[in-house]
Amino acid sequence: MKYYAGEYDVAVIGAGHAGCEAALAAARLGMKTLIFSISLEAVANMPCNPHIGGSSKGHLVREIDALGGEMGKNIDKTMIQIKMLNTSKGPAVHSLRAQADRKKYQAEMKHTLERQENLDIKQAEIVDIKVEDGKVKCIETAVGAIYNVKTVILATGTYLKSTIYIGEFSQDSGPDGVFPANKLSECLQNLGINLLRFKTGTPARINKKTIDFSKMEVQKGDTEVVPFSFEDELKDFKQVDCYLTYTNEKTHKIIRDNLDRSPLYTGVITGTGPRYCPSIEDKVVRFSDKPRHQAFVEPVGLDTDEMYIAGLSSSLPEDVQIALYRTIPGLENAEFTRPAYSIEYDCINPLDLKLSLEYKTIDGLFFAGQINGTSGYEEAACQGLIAGINAVQKIKGEKPVILDRTDGYIGVLIDDIVTKGTNEPYRMMTSRAEYRLLLRQDNADLRLTEIGYRVGLITEERYQKFLNKKKNIEEEIKRLKKTIVKPTKKVNEFLQKQGTTPLSTGSKLSELLKRTEITYNSLKEIDENMPELSLQEKEEVEIQLKYEGYIKLQEEQVKKFKKMEKKLIPEDIDYEKISGISLEGKQKLSKLKPLSIGQASRISGVSPADISVLLVYLQTKNK
Amino acid sequence: MSTIASISTAPGIGGIGIIRMSGKKSFEILEKIFKPKKQEKIEDIKGYTIKYGHIVEEDKIIDEVLVSYFKAPKSYTAEDMCEINSHGGNLIVKKILELCLKNGAELAEPGEFTKRAFLNGRIDLAQAESVVDVINAKSEKEVKASIKQLEGELSKEIQKIKQEILDVLVNIEVSIDYPEYDVEEVQNKEILEMLESVENKLKKLEKTFDSGKILKNGIKTAIIGKPNAGKSSLLNAILKEDRAIVTEYEGTTRDTIEEFVTINGIPLKLIDTAGIREASDEVEKIGIQKAKEIAKEADLVIAIFDISKKLSKEDEEILKIVKNKKSIILLNKIDLKQAISEKDPKFLESSKNIIKISALNKKGIEEIYNKISEMFSLNEINMDNDIVITNVRHKNLISKAIKNVLKTKETMKKDMPIDIIAIYIKDILEDLGSITGEIITEDIINEIFSKFCLGK
Repeated sequence: MKYYAGEYDVAVIGAGHAGCEAALAAARLGMKTLIFSISLEAVANMPCNPHIGGSSKGHLVREIDALGGEMGKNIDKTMIQIKMLNTSKGPAVHSLRAQADRKKYQAEMKHTLERQENLDIKQAEIVDIKVEDGKVKCIETAVGAIYNVKTVILATGTYLKSTIYIGEFSQDSGPDGVFPANKLSECLQNLGINLLRFKTGTPARINKKTIDFSKMEVQKGDTEVVPFSFEDELKDFKQVDCYLTYTNEKTHKIIRDNLDRSPLYTGVITGTGPRYCPSIEDKVVRFSDKPRHQAFVEPVGLDTDEMYIAGLSSSLPEDVQIALYRTIPGLENAEFTRPAYSIEYDCINPLDLKLSLEYKTIDGLFFAGQINGTSGYEEAACQGLIAGINAVQKIKGEKPVILDRTDGYIGVLIDDIVTKGTNEPYRMMTSRAEYRLLLRQDNADLRLTEIGYRVGLITEERYQKFLNKKKNIEEEIKRLKKTIVKPTKKVNEFLQKQGTTPLSTGSKLSELLKRTEITYNSLKEIDENMPELSLQEKEEVEIQLKYEGYIKLQEEQVKKFKKMEKKLIPEDIDYEKISGISLEGKQKLSKLKPLSIGQASRISGVSPADISVLLVYLQTKNK
Repeated sequence: MSTIASISTAPGIGGIGIIRMSGKKSFEILEKIFKPKKQEKIEDIKGYTIKYGHIVEEDKIIDEVLVSYFKAPKSYTAEDMCEINSHGGNLIVKKILELCLKNGAELAEPGEFTKRAFLNGRIDLAQAESVVDVINAKSEKEVKASIKQLEGELSKEIQKIKQEILDVLVNIEVSIDYPEYDVEEVQNKEILEMLESVENKLKKLEKTFDSGKILKNGIKTAIIGKPNAGKSSLLNAILKEDRAIVTEYEGTTRDTIEEFVTINGIPLKLIDTAGIREASDEVEKIGIQKAKEIAKEADLVIAIFDISKKLSKEDEEILKIVKNKKSIILLNKIDLKQAISEKDPKFLESSKNIIKISALNKKGIEEIYNKISEMFSLNEINMDNDIVITNVRHKNLISKAIKNVLKTKETMKKDMPIDIIAIYIKDILEDLGSITGEIITEDIINEIFSKFCLGK
């Protein structure tokens, strides 16, 4: 029996990393919000690797935090190891990565949802979304509860009509043995939404007591621990170790001999898998000249002995998996707790979305996370946050919040998938960001807190603190640029001690700081007036001054970029009527409806010549 | 859009002149000025046909011409078009154009035909650029260069250089994006070697632009010398050569006549030829001043001296002008008795290129051509193998790329971290990508995935 169950402003379907951020954002912005999960045991689950962050993904977490999202805070509370990656490679690419206690991470996030005002959390499968006059109206659960809603955020992750594969065995199932959402796929198709089929996979978990760690390299966390959230202060905690081991020729032979039993190679799996997350059989086939591949052994949590084996995801049959894992040093006697599997699932084509993450042709229907063709917890979470914010903006009748490629990695990610689309699960990478010297993880708050505050997700208290930090940084930079040190004995002795050339005339402190050998902290020796700054503030001063010239250069490039982004294309433009645009260009432009010339120029199939014609057209029209 | 007309043969080369019209009223205007031998209604004339007849003005025959008809959309601009082929000289061709304009056509702006072709969707931007180059090309070598670019030779070369950069960059990027994986860290030496190699290749390309520009615009040449030294004999010797193709037109910078002459593929643009011809035997009072002026705008100064007379004060003034320019000193009248030596330090100090000639007897003239060829590296440009940059946009992008190569090196010297170095390397790629119109980020990511095996 169907029954009317209530009315909400925002309904979030799915409580993974995207869903949680979306629901929290909406509720925190005062909307009556509801979040569904097929199983409440699966809230904020990490069905694959048990870590948050990593190169460029760490940036995303910082940006989420700066906007008032939850992920950074949640991992700060539940991490069991932390590392700053790429410290030797320059400030732009420093990135945090933390091993999570997976169960604790989930419990913490679930509890946060439960405690959140304006937010109801329910275990239910949504089977139908009703749309009237092109507008979202209500949703229905499998048991027949009907909720009237103003907006819906779909964040179903890999659950849509998902199938898992372990060799010849296959089963309709979501990740980690949770039910798939079968009916929702059909509902979406009935709404005229085009679905794609993507594939991903995860390696086996192994019981710790069957691993010989003495044959592996230990990988320790950092001694100096840095939190993800700009608000948190991390106390030193006992970190757990990860381990590194390698495959060998024996491993590869087993794989080659059994390829005919992999659904990837027999053609059973048709979904598109990510190139950056290949299964071990993929790696062995595609990179046959490599004598070994890495395998990282990572703890899944403190109250479990399950270990995650990064690098060895596979869709081979279980017996082959066991055999191949056991050829690896340290894993000779490994006992699986869970086998590796591949998973295929439905997702939408992100080209059908606006930059606000709302579906182009259905009012009030938003999409976030893996359903948009992305991959990764952090990628999902940041979309959830933006979709949550924009669902609220929509209800309030305000303009959507759109971050562009110069605002942050979030902007790059959304612009990429919405403008260029993706034909494989999309992963964030620093190489995707054009202005990465500006989009650093250390300055995410300087870039985005203002926006988070305007939206309403940053509290007044935090904002005041932020303004204070900003002021301290600016003033200190000003001071260093003004303060001149003379070539005194003390100064030159200091410089020589640091391994750099002594002064012959006076120099500004800011200039000294530009020398590679000099750090901000070391300047204290010759700078009596150095104020007491926080770690974050010191870091910021140092980076902004040390790389000033390079930063300015990118700022120039950003100006150029913004120019094209500011050339808006009227919504009612009829590309068919513009002679001179190529046929493919017309089709793509009509379909994607880019907001600006800048966005139009990034659409594949739209040539520079098409853009020139468009520019000429707009110019003559404006005359 | 209006109907436009212009002379589409570049001044300087060719015996015939073509006047082109494009636009809705092309045929209407044509009917008023063209009397074909066989009268036909315009509707009955098919596109791509040529008709013979006369251009007339108030029944007076102006020229005997062939007219090609192109009907929209099957024409270069995708509009109704016609081309009037006249064999008249500059004056006749100009006259026909005037008639077109008088009867309702508008004078086309430079490149407007191509712009229309582009706007009407006939050609893309890169093609448009090359076509404009072909149209503007003045000598055979340059046409060949333009056609090569049209065919994508330049794109191929740029592609090769890009790949070289990409090979290194992708190694850097992968070590940043996958710090956990055991990809080998890129060594500075490897980056420097790549930069060296790229810089050399780009510089070579950049250098061809100067030759390319010369091919396109001609070597602006000033012939100076005091009255009676033999300027006008020299001019005659050059212009009256059987091989010479000569066109005269108005000077670009000053109110003078310039003559464009191509000999042995060497395009010379002679400045102020009228001035030389008009100069009488009387001593010009303004002579030196004028010589200074024309030398100033010249790529090449040819100073001519009478070897049978001692150097005068004026001669010495002329030598001063020559000193700071690319120059050739001609010692004329070798058939007379020599009064000065070619080894006179005054000559040697002023120019490296000294040639003895007899302009009147056309002795030593060939040597001048060879010298010019050598001075402007025209022989080094082998059109059949090498790519020559003739497009200013391409040249600017290549220069910018070179600048970024140098900046990258500087950044490395300062021990900057790899991500900053990578930013500059990316900039080099962006510059080169703009030449061929490709998106760089995609390239890098595709390379990362095709070359490295990474993942969970």
